[in-house]
Amino acid sequence: MNAILKMVLQRLGLGALTLIVVSIIISIGVELLPGDLAQEILGQAATPETVAQFRKEVGLDKPAYVRYFLWLGGIFQGDFGTSLANQLEISQLIGKRLQNTLFLASLAALIAVPLSLLLGVLAALYRNGIYDRAVNAITLTSISVPEFFFAYVLIIILAVNLGWFPSLSNVSTDMPLWERVYKTFLPALTLTLVVVAHMMRMTRAAIINLLASPYIEMANLKGIRKFRIIVHHALPNAWAPIINVIVFNLAYLVVGVVVVEVVFVYPGLGQLMVDSVQVRDIPVVQACSLIFAATYILLNLTADILAILTNPRLLHPK
Amino acid sequence: MNETPTHDQSTDAVAPRERVKRTWQQTTWLFLKSAPWSARFGLLVIVFYIFIAFFAPVLTPYGESEIVGPEFEVWGEEFMLGTDNLGRDMLTRLLYGARNTIGIAFATTCLAFALGSILGLLAATIGGWIDQALGRFVDILMAIPTLIFALLLLTIFGTAIPTLVAIIAVIYSAPVFRISRAVAMNVVVLEFVEAAKLRGEGLGWITVREILPNIMPPLVAEFGLRFCFVFLLISALSFLGLGIQPPTADWGSMVRDTATLITYGDITPLLPAGAIALLTVGVNFVVDWFLHKTSGLRDDQ
Amino acid sequence: MTSNESKSTTGDLLLEMRGLRIEGQSDEVWQEIVKGIDLKLHRGEVLGLIGESGAGKSTIGLAAMGFARPGCRISGGEILFDGRDLMQVSENERRKLRGVRIAYVAQSAAAAFNPAHKLIEQFSETPTEHGVRSRSEADADAKDLYRRLQLPDPENIGYRYPHQVSGGQLQRAMTAMAMACRPDLLIFDEPTTALDVTTQIEVLVTIRDIVKQFNTAAIYITHDLAVVAQMADRIMVLRFGELVEESDTRSMLSDPKMDYTKSLWAVRSHRKEVEPPTKTDTPIVKVDHVSASYGVVPVLKDISFEIHKGYTVAVVGESGSGKSTAARVITGLLPPRQGQVYYEGEALPADYRKRTKNQLRQAQMIYQMPDTAVNPRQRIRDVIGRPLSFYLGYSGAEREKRVRELLDLIELDPDQFIDRYPGELSGGQKQRICIARALAAEPKFIICDEVTSALDQLVAEGILKLLDRLQREFDLSYMFITHDLATVKAIADEIVVMYQGQIVEQGAKTEIITPPHHEYTELLLSSVPEMDPDWLDTVLKERAHAHELYEKFHAES
Repeated sequence: MNAILKMVLQRLGLGALTLIVVSIIISIGVELLPGDLAQEILGQAATPETVAQFRKEVGLDKPAYVRYFLWLGGIFQGDFGTSLANQLEISQLIGKRLQNTLFLASLAALIAVPLSLLLGVLAALYRNGIYDRAVNAITLTSISVPEFFFAYVLIIILAVNLGWFPSLSNVSTDMPLWERVYKTFLPALTLTLVVVAHMMRMTRAAIINLLASPYIEMANLKGIRKFRIIVHHALPNAWAPIINVIVFNLAYLVVGVVVVEVVFVYPGLGQLMVDSVQVRDIPVVQACSLIFAATYILLNLTADILAILTNPRLLHPK
Repeated sequence: MNETPTHDQSTDAVAPRERVKRTWQQTTWLFLKSAPWSARFGLLVIVFYIFIAFFAPVLTPYGESEIVGPEFEVWGEEFMLGTDNLGRDMLTRLLYGARNTIGIAFATTCLAFALGSILGLLAATIGGWIDQALGRFVDILMAIPTLIFALLLLTIFGTAIPTLVAIIAVIYSAPVFRISRAVAMNVVVLEFVEAAKLRGEGLGWITVREILPNIMPPLVAEFGLRFCFVFLLISALSFLGLGIQPPTADWGSMVRDTATLITYGDITPLLPAGAIALLTVGVNFVVDWFLHKTSGLRDDQ
Repeated sequence: MTSNESKSTTGDLLLEMRGLRIEGQSDEVWQEIVKGIDLKLHRGEVLGLIGESGAGKSTIGLAAMGFARPGCRISGGEILFDGRDLMQVSENERRKLRGVRIAYVAQSAAAAFNPAHKLIEQFSETPTEHGVRSRSEADADAKDLYRRLQLPDPENIGYRYPHQVSGGQLQRAMTAMAMACRPDLLIFDEPTTALDVTTQIEVLVTIRDIVKQFNTAAIYITHDLAVVAQMADRIMVLRFGELVEESDTRSMLSDPKMDYTKSLWAVRSHRKEVEPPTKTDTPIVKVDHVSASYGVVPVLKDISFEIHKGYTVAVVGESGSGKSTAARVITGLLPPRQGQVYYEGEALPADYRKRTKNQLRQAQMIYQMPDTAVNPRQRIRDVIGRPLSFYLGYSGAEREKRVRELLDLIELDPDQFIDRYPGELSGGQKQRICIARALAAEPKFIICDEVTSALDQLVAEGILKLLDRLQREFDLSYMFITHDLATVKAIADEIVVMYQGQIVEQGAKTEIITPPHHEYTELLLSSVPEMDPDWLDTVLKERAHAHELYEKFHAES
């Protein structure tokens, strides 16, 4: 167990380090801004006095590393600073939107994960001739298509022509759950379409790889039933690749939401980020980047740690 | 230390392949003839797009950003595919879009490859602390999701086309570094590289003559895949209004400009979106076949 | 077990194959890999299937269970097991036979055991799943079989996971697992090929005993003639999926009929013809009190030996003995922690990067795997031509001429081979190219690192003869690293025996291979199977304490 604990701690340490470095990269961006941030925000008309005043207000007169620690310290207390565009507290701007984004991503994951695992396993088990080629061509096509294409096709069919779903997802956190699911359904379906093909291909590859192991052949030669081979011999060794597939795609979903949110005017974090990039509202962009990046890193970290914890060779050291 | 089981490893019992001399044209033709329908379709698509990209000015009835009619004109005789939100001809802009969007994505991919694969090759060949340092740096770069990183950098540096190309090239050089280092590593450990080192060959000979020819197939395939990613990312950014800026005709921003038509059941916005999809599908089909082919070739050698 | 007993121990016909044909798929085309094999096996009989790679022996072994690997299909013929045609019954029927009446022992036990389950769980799975025994009965039986197979601590070893047990023990545990339902037929697919020679004999003995105890019929698949001679009552020689010859073991060994069989049998008969020249004062290579380590792990402990002009020094040892590391120190890939390597009396820089071009040229290397030792993207002309232009300044027509001479020297037709890529060559031909590349540098000293162990025996024999001839022609010195003592006997002038990073014994060949030996050398020498069917019995009697020696040298596992 000691070796495992050591590895897990190592990964956690590495994850924390990555987070810190990423936060530095994100905060350093402001320093690289061509020209003066204060001047840029206030416009060319601003007098030097107002600029100086403004710099002091937002702390631009302090050295870079001091500002970094102030920024980071603030975040730990839930304070992301204030938006330049509308002088609102960023944490307030983000709060509900983050919830919406997570809701959308979870709904998509709820459909996509079981569906693609099932399809992937089926594709691996029946990998013969024409069926295999069809699966390959379809999934390949599907991963090549941009998110907005899927989104608009779904809108045309399901919203405009059939009228089953709204084409705009004006959800809010205080809606009844059912209505929220209903309004989130189209964006979630778009994300599902985007992610299922990817995930299915990965699952298929992982399962085929696993079934080619000599110990699976051995189980066959021992006359063990197919079902038992899958459950007893393949599954205990399949956790790592399966977890890997799931987490990879959750991470993909978290980022994939950006475009989908814009298409459906879904009030989420991605939408906020895009809006802020357009008006160059840097503190908000930084906050959003940090949240997205942190989620991404944490998900990958979880996959790493789960892979260690389910590896039989590591669980039972010599 | 290095005994391996002696069974079934030598190829002596298998008759070596017959040697037939062929010119490279014949080889290429045979290669194409063996392609499945998906790859042929992909090749056709790619050739078609390249043709349009080159001859856009000849093929188009109007100027790229010329306002020629009313806004959102429906499909008809004068404007085959209607007009956009400013009254520019859709067909013209679609054709010009091939030039701009593909050109920019291609340039970006080339830049990403120049940067990533050279560093990856060097890291694999030299090893030591250089390899370690580059590896850690790339790990960090790749810990940030691509689109988010691109958005962050575009906010900071602005969205001029050279900036856009540079930013995306740097972001994508990280995965290119990783893959070229990985494939080069597989070759670096082989005995013929050790033999070259022990012969006293320099770094240049070892990377260019010994390693590079052996990693070309996976790198070419990777180039295709990366091109698709870059192309999709640039399109997504343009769609979000943060990529290629007006009045340049570009498919991502054309979707954005005409998006409102969707709610009236008009499929015009699907045209540029479909144009994007078709090219990536084509490239992916070709890459898939190429991967299958090259890995297969390696098996029976 | 041997042929004079075979008549009394064999009974009714158990397995019969008639006109068996199997196809394998390569590049979407089906090709026949087993071309009409007839095979009969009686109860209690052990049949040896022998052949080089590509002979189809493993495929036939699996077909005896009605099984074909993915990418293979049984395309014709009958497989009658106990009177029933396995190709005519349902897959479910076949499944019920597997593990119960026909069991399989795979080559690599480390890969064939599931890493997620304990050994005893995997043992008991077969009897409980097939309803032959209850779990507790099966567990008790496992311990009994572990004891019979001489596994250490038979009561508890089953509760370990596969990766916690050594290779030789795993192979025995797998044999025990195959015996779990007391099958009528056992298929052994190269069960000792991956093991060190001293471990191999231990496993061979236990396998033979257990098969005898239960009077189980077996098919024993191997490429090693000496091994099959110990194990089988009857031998079938296969080549390219066809039967070459079949007869009982003794007459097959003493009186092979077919040319191919004769050539196989003659493989180990090669002996160096001439005596080495008298030693000069300065050896070509002198390794002087060298110690080396990978990180903090010491792999060489104070080793010293010399290689004289025109001599072949064989460095022998099992895996982990440090013999390849010694080569890495000499070539300068691994600078030693202590000690010095001298070349013709002159100290060589420890790191190859600090050596002069001339120093590098003098010592060449030939590798174990010819597939990876030549760049697949360079034509033969460039592979051999590069050292010519790099070291000796050849170019243009001169270089071309010299490359052709070298190809002639290694007995490959220049017109046919000079334009080829390595992928168009067989393993043995590639190894010859490696030799030509080494010769191109005009060295005095060549390190041969297991150069024959990846090759089929006939091909290996050809390589040894070539190296021998070249040595005489060019007065070369060889450092010959190998784990195969038959090779050593064939080509060595002097022998260095290594064990765990140390030299346990060194001297002239005759000195080392005639008693008295150092204990480890004795264990090593007495473990090498010979082509005499009585060898195993004899050697077991002779070296009564061999097993204790084995325990002593493998105490850690």
